[in-house]
Amino acid sequence: MDLSYTDEQQAFREEVRSWLEANAPAQALQSFDTELGFEQHREWEATLNKGRWGMVTWPEALGGRGCDLIEWLIFEEEYYKAGAPLRVNQNGIFLLGPTLMEYGTEEQKARILPKMANGEEVWAQGWSEPNAGSDMAAIRSTAKLEGDKYIINGQKTWSTRAVWADWCFGMFRTDPDSERHRGLTFILVPLDSPGITVRPIPQLDGLPGFAEIFFDNVEVSVDNRLGDEGAGWSVAMATAGFERGLMLRSPARFQETARRLVELYKENRESAETDPAVKEAVMRAYMDAESYCLTTYQTACRLNKGGKIGAESSTNKIFWSELDQNMHAAAMSILGARAELLPHAPNAKGVGNWLDGWLFSQSGPIYAGTNEVQRNIIAERMLGMPRK
Amino acid sequence: MDFTFTEDQLLFQDSVRDFLVNEITPERIRASWESESGRDSALWSQLAELGLTGMTVPEAYGGLGMSELDFVLLAQECGYVALPEPLVHSALVAVPLLVDIGGELADQWLPKVATGEAKVVVGLEQNLLVEDAHVADLLLLQQGDSLVAATADAVSLIHNESVDPSRKLFAVSVAGEAVVVANGDQAQSLIQSSLDRGALGAAAQALGLAQRMIDLSVQYTSDRKQFGQAIGAFQAVKHHMANVAVCLEYAKAPVHRAAYSIACKESVASHAVSQAKLNACEAANLAAKNCIQVHGAMGYTWEVDLHIYMKKAWAMANSWGDAGFHKTRVANHIFTDGAALGAGATFA
Repeated sequence: MDLSYTDEQQAFREEVRSWLEANAPAQALQSFDTELGFEQHREWEATLNKGRWGMVTWPEALGGRGCDLIEWLIFEEEYYKAGAPLRVNQNGIFLLGPTLMEYGTEEQKARILPKMANGEEVWAQGWSEPNAGSDMAAIRSTAKLEGDKYIINGQKTWSTRAVWADWCFGMFRTDPDSERHRGLTFILVPLDSPGITVRPIPQLDGLPGFAEIFFDNVEVSVDNRLGDEGAGWSVAMATAGFERGLMLRSPARFQETARRLVELYKENRESAETDPAVKEAVMRAYMDAESYCLTTYQTACRLNKGGKIGAESSTNKIFWSELDQNMHAAAMSILGARAELLPHAPNAKGVGNWLDGWLFSQSGPIYAGTNEVQRNIIAERMLGMPRK
Repeated sequence: MDFTFTEDQLLFQDSVRDFLVNEITPERIRASWESESGRDSALWSQLAELGLTGMTVPEAYGGLGMSELDFVLLAQECGYVALPEPLVHSALVAVPLLVDIGGELADQWLPKVATGEAKVVVGLEQNLLVEDAHVADLLLLQQGDSLVAATADAVSLIHNESVDPSRKLFAVSVAGEAVVVANGDQAQSLIQSSLDRGALGAAAQALGLAQRMIDLSVQYTSDRKQFGQAIGAFQAVKHHMANVAVCLEYAKAPVHRAAYSIACKESVASHAVSQAKLNACEAANLAAKNCIQVHGAMGYTWEVDLHIYMKKAWAMANSWGDAGFHKTRVANHIFTDGAALGAGATFA
């Protein structure tokens, strides 16, 4: 065990830091759930890609830097410290990208990955349907192979970023007689295809961060199938594996929130101290963010040495999503009567963007597999409790 | 950056676990409750033969010269079986303190500790009472601003019974001759590092105790049937256990970090230990709470083994600094102006 960074790792950190200092937007961008903000974030993806900082874990041949997980953690630390923008193409870069590298044909990789990398094509996800939420195997949208095209019909929902995205990826039932996990196929669909209707769904903040997608005889080239026909479930599980795994939420994000929370507490000490529970919550935020960081580093080091990620990784999503909620709840307590005010309200002095974070934190225990589903997975696969 | 244990460290953990699980059965622990001292000198000899009593004793004194980091995984295993013998206390607290004191005292006692001939315990004011004073040959005791050494014949003991029948606690007063081994700042520094090592030992044992309570509960809820199925198949039961698993999973790395911090004398050692102790004892306390619940009325009995581990977990939470003590240390760290917090600060 050696908990110090190597000279190379230190140098890498310096390189990330100085590039971000020179290139990160000085002014915060608009929310990427607005039309203007979406385009600003798309431009930022292009800037990142030009500096080869967009996908540091991708292979060099694909515009990445082939970083290992420790370098990725260092990159993320500098990224969040610099307050750089959120990643509008997260669905593409972190979820679909690695899956494409594993299951895609050479033609698909060459066609799709470069445009994903430079933000030219932003990706939305199409997992859930009105009757297939936590129970994803209940998917009913169909894709029927006719010649070299799939004809897609049905409906997807809760499609994050779908309002202004260019493509979506998802699972469709290609075998009409199949049930559950069988007969599903993973297909990539251009969102400007004829027959597609996107209906924005305003989120808790009123902005259309996700959407419903309706498919009415949408024709998609068979070239856009990822993996074999009928193999959609295993391809999707790889994607969900990445999503639930290490890379969806790096510790840096939460450590920076915890640091800002400590500052908020100190700035408002007099009012904050009237509720003894607040101090406890702030300490807890710091410690939990620290635990999350330590645990992630320990896992990353193990994986770097050839270890395998096990069922214990399903604890990850519950931990960070509850941490995020708890930290923002503490901030709301500190802000007191100001907590409900929108940032531009005349009397909203010093509220920062805590309210936005608080709203978003409500989604954490729900998306990417509800925490109840995660608890079942932990009990059955990690602890070995009986399914029936 | 390498936050992993070596193959050797992991193999040693495995072999010690095998030994302890085979030897320190719940039956043997219950038998120890019936004996007068509650301690088993034959077992101590076995631990010595395995090299465990001498693990942290420097090689010059006949030990293996291992560090806190080498021992922490073994301390987890001692927790897993709720080992009644004061092995963690000796290896993590008494031996390093003797090494730090050095001189004649170390020359005289460390070789005997390594061979298992002698036991040494440490009594700090942070702990109300002294564990295992009745089997100690030498006691290192905090007395105000001083640290004194007294042999068994120089102290008088008053036994205080614990809810955990395995724990043997004593009020100790020095009746005969005691040697002052340190005063003032030097004593404070020795007391401080002993407290940190004791807290590390309690934290590591709490991890093992939590895991044992999980294992017992998974077994019980898989066997016990109600409404025509194993009760472990009910989501309400699963979620109790999943919550413990999450809490325990995120307590491990902080304990390993604390062990590294102490072994490498990092400046963050004190609050790293405090965080580790808080995390691990929270996991063990949650394990106790949820595991007794999923055992139903059986969990409330003397007969079912759960309470062997549950009661020790409760005791660990308030030994070597209670939650208030450790929270204060963490708070002092994070609320200090200029404290290094946030992304990138953890290993800086």
